[in-house]
Amino acid sequence: MNTLKKFLGLVWMVLGPLTMTFLFIQAVEKVGLTHTDIERTNTILQWAIILFIFLPISLGLMIFGFYAWKGEYDHLPESSEEL
Amino acid sequence: MQVAVYDSNVYLGKPNILFLMSETLPRNNIFKVIGASSLGTLIEWYDFYIFGSLAVIIGHQLFPEDAGASALINTLAIFAAGFIVRPFGALVFGRLGDLIGRKYTFLLTLVLMGGSTFFIGLIPSYKSIGYAAPILVLILRLIQGLALGGEYGGAATYVAEHAPKNKRGFFTSWIQTTATLGLFLSLGIIVITKNILGAETFGSWGWRIPFLLSIVLVVVSIYIRMKMHESPLFSKLKAEGNVSKNPLKESFSNKANFKMVLLALFGATMGQGVIWYTGQFYAQSFLENTCKLDFNDSRYILLWGIAFATPFFVVFGAWSDKVGRKWIMLSGMLLGILFYRPIYQIFLDDTDYTKTEQTDILSAVPAPVTSVLIANSTDSLRTASTKVTLKNGASFNRVQTDTVSATKGILVGKEVIKDKVLPRPVFWKFIGLIFFQILLVTMVYGPIAAFLVELFPTKIRYTSMSLPYHIGNGVFGGLVPFIATLIASFSGATPLSGLWYPIGIAALSLLIGTIYLSNKRDENIND
Repeated sequence: MNTLKKFLGLVWMVLGPLTMTFLFIQAVEKVGLTHTDIERTNTILQWAIILFIFLPISLGLMIFGFYAWKGEYDHLPESSEEL
Repeated sequence: MQVAVYDSNVYLGKPNILFLMSETLPRNNIFKVIGASSLGTLIEWYDFYIFGSLAVIIGHQLFPEDAGASALINTLAIFAAGFIVRPFGALVFGRLGDLIGRKYTFLLTLVLMGGSTFFIGLIPSYKSIGYAAPILVLILRLIQGLALGGEYGGAATYVAEHAPKNKRGFFTSWIQTTATLGLFLSLGIIVITKNILGAETFGSWGWRIPFLLSIVLVVVSIYIRMKMHESPLFSKLKAEGNVSKNPLKESFSNKANFKMVLLALFGATMGQGVIWYTGQFYAQSFLENTCKLDFNDSRYILLWGIAFATPFFVVFGAWSDKVGRKWIMLSGMLLGILFYRPIYQIFLDDTDYTKTEQTDILSAVPAPVTSVLIANSTDSLRTASTKVTLKNGASFNRVQTDTVSATKGILVGKEVIKDKVLPRPVFWKFIGLIFFQILLVTMVYGPIAAFLVELFPTKIRYTSMSLPYHIGNGVFGGLVPFIATLIASFSGATPLSGLWYPIGIAALSLLIGTIYLSNKRDENIND
């Protein structure tokens, strides 16, 4: 199980930037599809919100993956004293 | 094991603290603690959710009349903004809670929440003050989000720190019922207000009443909370001089603690958040906006579903004390992943009246044709509506809106079937499907307060547990209606496309939770 935890850590590390790239491409594509100024403003606003929120979360997923890869989750603390 | 407890006056009385050799509190006192904490939290959830429940009406009030679908999406964005700032509220008020104590912090959050809700009810419409209206609401919505971010962690921590170790899941599950009951209360008050005032008056100004009413509820709750006392574990920590000097630094710069914050977020709260908001908020939004159910029917269905399912928060909370928290929460996620699409497909199929046969129709009563001039144009919109009643008890409005142009003649628009009232068997079937979704909510949400409390030590608990909870629940969950509506509006999307967001997030959380989470409970939270 610990080996699986470690190798999945790599997946989480890759998933973070992949998600951000996907969202960024989607944002550019959807803004490009707008026809009027109001539509464009609304779409930019909506996607700016999404990118703003998910950027730090993707970073968190990368750090989570890094910790998993380093074996930080091989043993979880069983009491608060271990924290 | 020793824990701090108070004398008989402690919970709702005098401030003197006794550190005794017991871990079991008198039963009536723990229920006073739960009652006083839960009431305030319930009111905060009520305040927070009336905005979501009235998103469509508020969209019409705050944005230009010709904004169409973008008004709804922008309103949902303002609604979502309240969720996005919740983690910041968790940091600000979590830090305060770990520095000055649980009691005063969640008194402050209650005042902020109640005040903001009251002022939302007073804001003039777009017609009166233009774009100042949505901007003011956005500011108040952000304050609401900050306040809620500080409230929940405090209440859950407060109750858990009073609870005996073998009943932590059971006692904190009462706090877990408050979010759903807050939604129930908001829906109930909205339906009652609308039915008393009538749809037109409600849409004009009556929608403000649920917001204004909040101030009464908050005053009652503040009065009760003023009589409460500080958490015994925090008081003990303070008496010993062990209060954290910088909870934020200790929570997030300590790797051992930060990695648990990340694990709690990705392995539990992220999935819990999307299950919560799909089963309750998105379900209502889907029934009302996609299936075009009647305003009352869509809310009655949710109200009945909530009423039947709410006791299960306590059932699963108590059960988690016996079998552990992990598998109950993850089972809820798995069932959501498997059943969301079939459930929502049934919603669509059973409300599809486009192929209604003439022989099924009991009556069709046309309403007078109305004509409205389009702003800044010589064209007008002509609306013809027919109230159709079927033999099986269902009814709906068939609405045809055409554009009458001075230059191009009549441009025939698309017929829309809306205000659908379901036949009784389908109505109860929908209640069953909503009940099932809320049952999944109780599985993921009932045990999670105890799970989070046990993950972190007392001196940084408020800060540490609040952040993953509010990112998971507030950000991932709170964005479900917004992102799912956005996805469903893409070209080539189907009405069910929006579900891929909660399903994908729940699947990721299920995978991480299954592999990385432990089912062991930390029985000693007194450190």
